Amino acid sequence: MQERLQDESYKSGKRVLLNGNQAVAEAVKIAKPDVIAAYPITPQTPVVEKLAEFVAKGELNSEFVNVESEYSALSVVYGAALTGARVFTATSSHGLAYMYEMCWWVAGSRVPLVMALPTRSIGAPWNIHSDHSDVMILKDVGWIISMAENAQECFDLTLIGFPISEELNIPYSVSYDAFMVSHTAEVVEVRDVELPKRKQAYKILPNSEFALNAVTVNDARHKARKTLMKDLENSRRKIEKIGRSFLGEDFSLAEKYRVEDADYVIVTYGGWSGDFKDVVDEMRDKGVKIGLLKLRFLRPLPEEELKEISGDVLVVDRSALYKFGGMGGEIKRIIPEAKNVIAALGGYEIGYSEIKALVRRFVSGKIGEVEWYP
Amino acid sequence: MILPGNASCHGCPITIAMKTLDEIENPVVLMPASCSTVIAGIHPNSALKLTVVHVPFPSTPSVAAGMSRGYRKLGIKANVIAWMGDGAADISFTALKAIAERNEDVMVVIVDNEAFMNTGNQSSSSTPKYAKTTTDPAGKRENRRSVSLSLINYGYVATASVGYVKDLRRKMRKAGEKDGFRLLHVHCPCPPGWKFEAGLTVEIARLAVQSLFWILWEKDNKLRISEISKKAYENRIPAEKYIKLQGRFKGIKREEIEELEKFAVEEFERLLKLEEIL
Repeated sequence: MQERLQDESYKSGKRVLLNGNQAVAEAVKIAKPDVIAAYPITPQTPVVEKLAEFVAKGELNSEFVNVESEYSALSVVYGAALTGARVFTATSSHGLAYMYEMCWWVAGSRVPLVMALPTRSIGAPWNIHSDHSDVMILKDVGWIISMAENAQECFDLTLIGFPISEELNIPYSVSYDAFMVSHTAEVVEVRDVELPKRKQAYKILPNSEFALNAVTVNDARHKARKTLMKDLENSRRKIEKIGRSFLGEDFSLAEKYRVEDADYVIVTYGGWSGDFKDVVDEMRDKGVKIGLLKLRFLRPLPEEELKEISGDVLVVDRSALYKFGGMGGEIKRIIPEAKNVIAALGGYEIGYSEIKALVRRFVSGKIGEVEWYP
Repeated sequence: MILPGNASCHGCPITIAMKTLDEIENPVVLMPASCSTVIAGIHPNSALKLTVVHVPFPSTPSVAAGMSRGYRKLGIKANVIAWMGDGAADISFTALKAIAERNEDVMVVIVDNEAFMNTGNQSSSSTPKYAKTTTDPAGKRENRRSVSLSLINYGYVATASVGYVKDLRRKMRKAGEKDGFRLLHVHCPCPPGWKFEAGLTVEIARLAVQSLFWILWEKDNKLRISEISKKAYENRIPAEKYIKLQGRFKGIKREEIEELEKFAVEEFERLLKLEEIL
């Protein structure tokens, strides 16, 4: 996608300097949501400030609801979505934890909605910086989870989130690292596109005698969850079809970076994928056959690309779920010999040289099954 | 509104209140986990001839606000009703206060049976002092406080009782015709929870009003204590008559009844003073 940005693709829109949060807001503006509700939390606040500004200036005709908590933010957009309204919310970290009950309810209700989730550590202790602990608690709820590397992907993945969610009737989140992506300005192509009108599986209307989500016994809940999990697992083709119609033919759930003929492959997602790509370039220059697979989506998991990988594999995670990193454990189910590193929680700075040192250790076979770095 | 053969207990006050929903045009009813959920029945059946959306406990006011905003934006005529028990009013109080403050176009109905009855009678903030529940087996130690009184500064707020259905219907209709935030707080004496005979629901509800343990009032532009309660103040029946019919107060001491009586009268007189200024 980055290469595309550098060549012809920006012909369709204007190129402006935006950080990740602003890029999300610009994409939301194009989607024209009927209802937006959000509660401020660092690093998400600028998204909702920007949207509030659009509404105040009359550039966006949305009901903007200043709620008293994240729990209510998701509750409000859930209610609005049930009526047939296109909706958007955004949160991070503790805010996601606070709205967690509703995350399940929204998914179980098969209601389309889009939520931005700049990733931030979860306390204690207090920490406002990036790791992926928050998105990991959403990962297995039954949402589509996309993960942006940079401001352009923040824009793109937010934009396509609306039609994808509305096609699949599954809630959609776009995640991006706190500060490193949310607050870092880059040139972004603001695409000049129109999204299709809102659609959804069902609406709740008065005088319908419709009873939604009543108490279930026997097979109903089992069937509902099974259907959601299967639909999510099989959502890949629809996501790619919609993604390609807006972003171009090379859009896919995962980005393959110099993986052909690679003896070593690093699996990453999120903001630091760019640093890892630079290390890949430098090592390729020195003759090491190394590549990178960037997961653009965590749900559905890009299993096809993971299965195609040849050579030694290192999964770099920025969260810890007991013994493994957030994705390492489950990628090991696909690639049993994959190594896993849990790195840099709570915004712990690891720069280019540390990343290079890590990749070198991997290439020289010094990394064990799972390691913390540092 | 409500079909026969539903799962409510004998003498259920909530079903009496539910019937009055026929005063509302274009209703969409939201229900958190509650006795009402059980009454509504098990999927795919529904005992309510209404559009019903079942939602998690604390989310009710906010989901209602979201639906109301959605309908407004899409130009759909609907009357969104957040129908909850006193337990849900407790757990969602922050959201309840917030939708009141934002004057969301939502009608809140609190059917108050003075405890978490759906889970088998645990204390809520609405449980009266000395009443025994499974979480206060020796009797509750704090006085109850009225959730509607604490929201009296917002929109249309009224209390009602299943013992006075005509008054309840009038307030239900009035609330239904208004825009913005509305709250109807309905007293619902619960036979299994309060431990009285199922045939006495209406009588107990009336005794609550006549002994001033429940006050009927309405705050529209101005606060007015309803005539029924004003008359009750003039010809007040002794608290004992109300309390002694209820097993939840079993073993209550003479002086404790007097204390509850004093509390009820004081609350009424405070409301009288409030009526002068609000």
